[in-house]
Amino acid sequence: MLGYLRLSKVKRLRLILLISLAMRAGATSADEPARVVSMNLCTDQLAMMLAGPEQLHSVSYIALDPRASAMVEEARAFEVNRGLAEEIYLMQPDLVIAGAFSTRATVAMLRRLDIPVVVFDPAYSLGDVRERITQMGEVLNRQEAAKALISEFDQRLELLREEVKEKPRAVLYYANGYTSGDQSLAGQILSAAGFENAADEAGYSSGMKLPLEVLAVTNPDIVITSQPYPGASRSEDILTHPVVQSLRKSQGSASITDHNWVCGTPHVLRAIETLSEARILMIEQEP
Amino acid sequence: MMRLFLLLSLAVCALFFGSLVVGPAGLGFGESISALIIGDGGPLTLVMREIRLPRALLAVIIGASLGLAGAAMQGYLRNPLAEPGLIGVSGSAAFGAVLAIHTGFAGAFALGLPLAALAGALAGVMLVMVLAGPRGGSLTLILAGIAVSALAAALTSLVLNLSPNPFAANEIVFWMMGSLADRSMTHVWLALPFITLGMIVLSRLSRDLDALTLGEDAAQAMGIRLNRLRLMLVAGVTCVVGAGTAVAGAIGFVGLVVPHILRPMVGARPSRLLWASALGGAAMVLLADIAVRIILPARDLKLGVLTALVGAPLFLHLILKLRRGRL
Repeated sequence: MLGYLRLSKVKRLRLILLISLAMRAGATSADEPARVVSMNLCTDQLAMMLAGPEQLHSVSYIALDPRASAMVEEARAFEVNRGLAEEIYLMQPDLVIAGAFSTRATVAMLRRLDIPVVVFDPAYSLGDVRERITQMGEVLNRQEAAKALISEFDQRLELLREEVKEKPRAVLYYANGYTSGDQSLAGQILSAAGFENAADEAGYSSGMKLPLEVLAVTNPDIVITSQPYPGASRSEDILTHPVVQSLRKSQGSASITDHNWVCGTPHVLRAIETLSEARILMIEQEP
Repeated sequence: MMRLFLLLSLAVCALFFGSLVVGPAGLGFGESISALIIGDGGPLTLVMREIRLPRALLAVIIGASLGLAGAAMQGYLRNPLAEPGLIGVSGSAAFGAVLAIHTGFAGAFALGLPLAALAGALAGVMLVMVLAGPRGGSLTLILAGIAVSALAAALTSLVLNLSPNPFAANEIVFWMMGSLADRSMTHVWLALPFITLGMIVLSRLSRDLDALTLGEDAAQAMGIRLNRLRLMLVAGVTCVVGAGTAVAGAIGFVGLVVPHILRPMVGARPSRLLWASALGGAAMVLLADIAVRIILPARDLKLGVLTALVGAPLFLHLILKLRRGRL
């Protein structure tokens, strides 16, 4: 008797599951994930650009931070997650999109719970930006939208690239004295905007720590620093060190990296635009 | 005695020049010194005057003050384990500094940072003195020190973790271990007045400390006012440790290692140990700061890592010796 009851309970559960699966499948086309949760700032933005109506359910809380996110307004329409396995599981997503730097434990836990997780690598170049858009299009089954976005990106980039005769030497300088060489997205933005990366000449080709002394000896034409966060920190103190101050000849807003620099999305074009304008201003001002 | 003084002074001078010519920019000795003195306004002058000179100066004044503070505290408590870093004074000063930076008090007016660190150091040194009692038995001193250090470290971490700034939490290491990397002349001017004041106060204690070696009763009979001595010691240690920690973080073990090595050379007289430890402390911090730049250039290895690697085994050795002795 007891055994029979148990069996029927299991059968009932199965039935419910089957019905709910059938209902879900009916809602959208067969292979398009209907309820997508993104837990990384950069995948958030790509998903917001490409997802169909109602397809994207939740984005990470950083998408609402104007210092890091270029799409704060758009992000307000979605639920917010803090990248914890528990809350994401309770959202019952068909698909979770994570970044390569998302917590491994969370991704592993979600996979154990039978939730499909796609992990996106960060973009290190402008070429990577196109690839990530294509990848997001495939994952969301929105290939057409992705193609349109890529062709628009290519056109705008083509317009921005111009022959630059006189390339000012620039160094990107962030909190704790980190720099970005040519083999990084920020480095590529820099060279697309017509600057020479002076950190690269000094042998710092990837993202690494550039000692203040080396920065001084490199003596670049412009030092481009990161935007300070609220609340003081010693890590950002280095950006107000007398050496950096004396090297920063151009103090315009363009010499600060903002949310457009963070992710490999078409927003990098805006970063290139503002930086190109700053370069033209710089050259005009010089005698 | 004159020989020891000359030897230590020479070592400090040599290490000071060493500190000026070591760095990732890889400049030659001659060109760096001439860039420092003559100054053509080029990048080399910038490197020498704004990066290396403040670094070397801070190593000298902070090292000297830590050595002096250690020797004075050990003389007063008659206990070789008393050291500002170990007993939590540096940790409390770091907490004061962190609190000032993250509440905006440090930004509000120029002296906010050192004053807050001074307040932290004062609270720490008072707590330890009260908890350990006037005679400062080793066990109570160390236990009081552990409690104060742990509390200060926990509060520092709490403040840094609560900060809206994403970089703040990574700075726990700096405040616990200390570093002189990328300091500027501003930091020298912030710390120098307080450290000078504290060192003058501490160096005037030498006669009292000598008398105290005969015991409290004998010292009182000789006309030493113990309350005044205690007050001066607390004030001096607060000034030097507070100001030093505010700009360079908590550098531990200097006040333990240096007096321990120099004590036999000065005939265990506290008065001589004071100035010898000041010179020795300057030499030790200069040496450690050169070493962090040679071992891992461009990685900002923390000073406290090196001083602890030297100091902690010595500390264990001292404990074993004390256990055999009187503890």
